[in-house]
Amino acid sequence: MSLSRRDFVKLCTGTVAGMGISQMFHPSVCEAISGTLNGSRPPVLWVQGSGCTGCSVSLLNAVNPHIKQVLLDVISLEFHPTVMAWEGEPAMEHMFKIADEYKGGFFLAVEGSIPVAEDGKYCVIGEANHKEITMVDAMKELAPKAAAVLALGTCAAYGGIPAAEGSETGAMSVKAFFEQEGISTPVVNIPGCPPHPDWIVGTVVVALEAIKTHGLAAGLGEVVKLLDDQGRPTPFFGQNIHDNCPYLPDFEADKMCETLSQKDGCRMSVGCKGPNAMADCFKRKWNNGINWCVQNAVCIGCVEPDFPDGQSPFYEPM
Amino acid sequence: MSSCARKGAAGHGKTAHIAIDPVTRIEGHLKAEVTVEGGKVVDAKLSGGMYRGFETILRGRDPRDSSQIVQRICGVCPTAHATASVMAQDAAMGTKITTNGRITRNLILGANYLQSHILHFYHLAAQDFVQGPDSAPFVPRYKNSDLLTDRNKGLAAVNAAAVDQYVEALDVRQICHEMVAMFGGKMPHAQGLVAGGASEIPTKDRLIEYAARFDKVKEFVVNKYLPVVYTVGSQYKDLFAVGQGHRACIAYGVFPLNDEMTKFMMKSGVYYGGKDHALDPSKIHEDVKYSWFDDSTTGLHYTKGQTKPTPHKEGAYSFVKAPRYDGVACEVGPLARMWVENPPLSPIGQKALKEHFGLNAKNFRDLGEDAAFSLMGRHVARAEETWYMLSFIDQWLKEVKPGEETYVKPEIPASGEGTGFTEAPRGSLLHFLKIEDGKIDNYQVVSATLWNCNPRDDKGQRGPVEEALIGIPVPDIENPVNVARLIRAFDP
Repeated sequence: MSLSRRDFVKLCTGTVAGMGISQMFHPSVCEAISGTLNGSRPPVLWVQGSGCTGCSVSLLNAVNPHIKQVLLDVISLEFHPTVMAWEGEPAMEHMFKIADEYKGGFFLAVEGSIPVAEDGKYCVIGEANHKEITMVDAMKELAPKAAAVLALGTCAAYGGIPAAEGSETGAMSVKAFFEQEGISTPVVNIPGCPPHPDWIVGTVVVALEAIKTHGLAAGLGEVVKLLDDQGRPTPFFGQNIHDNCPYLPDFEADKMCETLSQKDGCRMSVGCKGPNAMADCFKRKWNNGINWCVQNAVCIGCVEPDFPDGQSPFYEPM
Repeated sequence: MSSCARKGAAGHGKTAHIAIDPVTRIEGHLKAEVTVEGGKVVDAKLSGGMYRGFETILRGRDPRDSSQIVQRICGVCPTAHATASVMAQDAAMGTKITTNGRITRNLILGANYLQSHILHFYHLAAQDFVQGPDSAPFVPRYKNSDLLTDRNKGLAAVNAAAVDQYVEALDVRQICHEMVAMFGGKMPHAQGLVAGGASEIPTKDRLIEYAARFDKVKEFVVNKYLPVVYTVGSQYKDLFAVGQGHRACIAYGVFPLNDEMTKFMMKSGVYYGGKDHALDPSKIHEDVKYSWFDDSTTGLHYTKGQTKPTPHKEGAYSFVKAPRYDGVACEVGPLARMWVENPPLSPIGQKALKEHFGLNAKNFRDLGEDAAFSLMGRHVARAEETWYMLSFIDQWLKEVKPGEETYVKPEIPASGEGTGFTEAPRGSLLHFLKIEDGKIDNYQVVSATLWNCNPRDDKGQRGPVEEALIGIPVPDIENPVNVARLIRAFDP
């Protein structure tokens, strides 16, 4: 069984009622896409810059395919500071070795932003060949060799909180760093603080599927066609929260809630930034469909390029 | 010290320098440098390699926004940062939260305790003892990893069961996150912890859903997590004899059991020099002589704390400040809380300690200072704390009133200040908030990692983990497995 891009888009945009994207990924799909690159599970190097590990923790919440399948059947996670067995200089050297061995054929996942001030000293990620490696060094070395870069989370996609007003570290997004350094590797932004696990897994799976069908370059081209002008895959980030919110009828009837704990009435009166935010949380919900931010409190616009400065104060009406 | 990974000759009587960078399977960026002589660590330095500047980013913002911003300090324990932040805000704004608000906050933080402790043992620490599958990310690993099956070939079945539990624990920690999300909105980075209480009033249905998930987690803790920790412990008795460090600890108190916030599931207290002391927050200060912060800011109490990074300062080696209590380097975390509270041990624990160690232990301190303040003692403390809190969550589920208000709208004062004291799963956490002109004037965070993983203080005294590394056996410098094993036992 295989999944065409059109099917994928259909699934993502919720044409299949009541189903989350990850619920549609049958194990046989994972089987079909393994072996996409280099005749084996595609190598993924996951590096963490100025971040909080929240994107990794969110990925651990992937339900179907389960995170276990993602790790064991879909990708070959050759470097990930939080989950890998290996440690220290040998682990770093292993990462650089994989980048050389699979030049042009591995994915680089970036979590956290890249702090460029003070020669990158604000984020040292390890040592290799007896030399301190900053996040800046690692990006310069790895990014040009990667087939594509996944900028995971709002920090990597747009700078996020480490780049907010008051920051002194020169933290910047992957895209901004690439522009500064003249690196042309394709970048897919998967923003969110953190991103929903479906957004991560869904994007990886559709990318692998497209590559399998069209070959590496053309397949990545297909993926790039799915991106909006902020570099996000439209299947996940193509709809406005407010326009699709279950509280929209309340808004239209001018029925606004008065406090954060009151559960009837549109929540813009207590600060909801749903009108600013492009994401499908309203139908996907979080943590295996339990809840989502607007239902609980307010949307703080965490998927947007100007998060947090342009989306705050969080609890004041826009 | 050289940044060389392996320098010097191996063997007894010789000196070797080892650097491990990154220390993996932790949250954040950490480097460990140790000097080994005669097969043991004789000196250690820990270096925190990342600075983001939350304290400067928070300045000038709406105080209520802090509970959202600070959660992004740590994606593993955002609920603890949110809890500390909303408590600091309640104090600074003079808000008295409702009983239901207090209990709902406990249900949110409690579920993330379960998540964090289970994640820590299985997904971060277990590979120090258990051999995973022979594929990435479980390989490569040290050639001689001193795993269960290396110690005893007869333990292949135990190892296999532990690997199965690693996988099962992935589900269990997802379920814990579902419990957090029920009242917290989503995880990581919950929306539901807000100044003035909690934004979600528990309904009967939601409480039933929470309880059903909690039953599954309970079963896993009692039947899998707790037993496997003792099974592993029984094979590494030597690791109950190392890593004692300063034998000093601090706990702020967590999970308030009354509205006056004077009774806690885990009480506050300080222990050092073999004696218990009542917690006096005025005795906490932060040194920066060996940290990349301006020397003019050293020795300050957190209410006067300043954050001025100087990333090229000579002689400094970490972005972590060095907090001290009355000049003492105190460790924090489950061991500290269990030592201070000294609750009863689980029946499983009592039986295992008798069987494997000949100990008649009823309460945590019956382990004795040597075994409790040890590499393996810290894993036992975490597992026993997980068990101990199960009955409290049951109690909160009975106490919480469906449909009753959890939230009081806070009034932001023109000026005010307050401190939120809580405990993250990994240890003591305080947030200090000072408001001027209705905006954040100063915000200071003293986190668990600051307490545990700090560098030397102004007097040259090692931080708690640095000190605990002293004496750790490294018989083979090519495979220094015990170094990160000790560090991970703290859950940094």
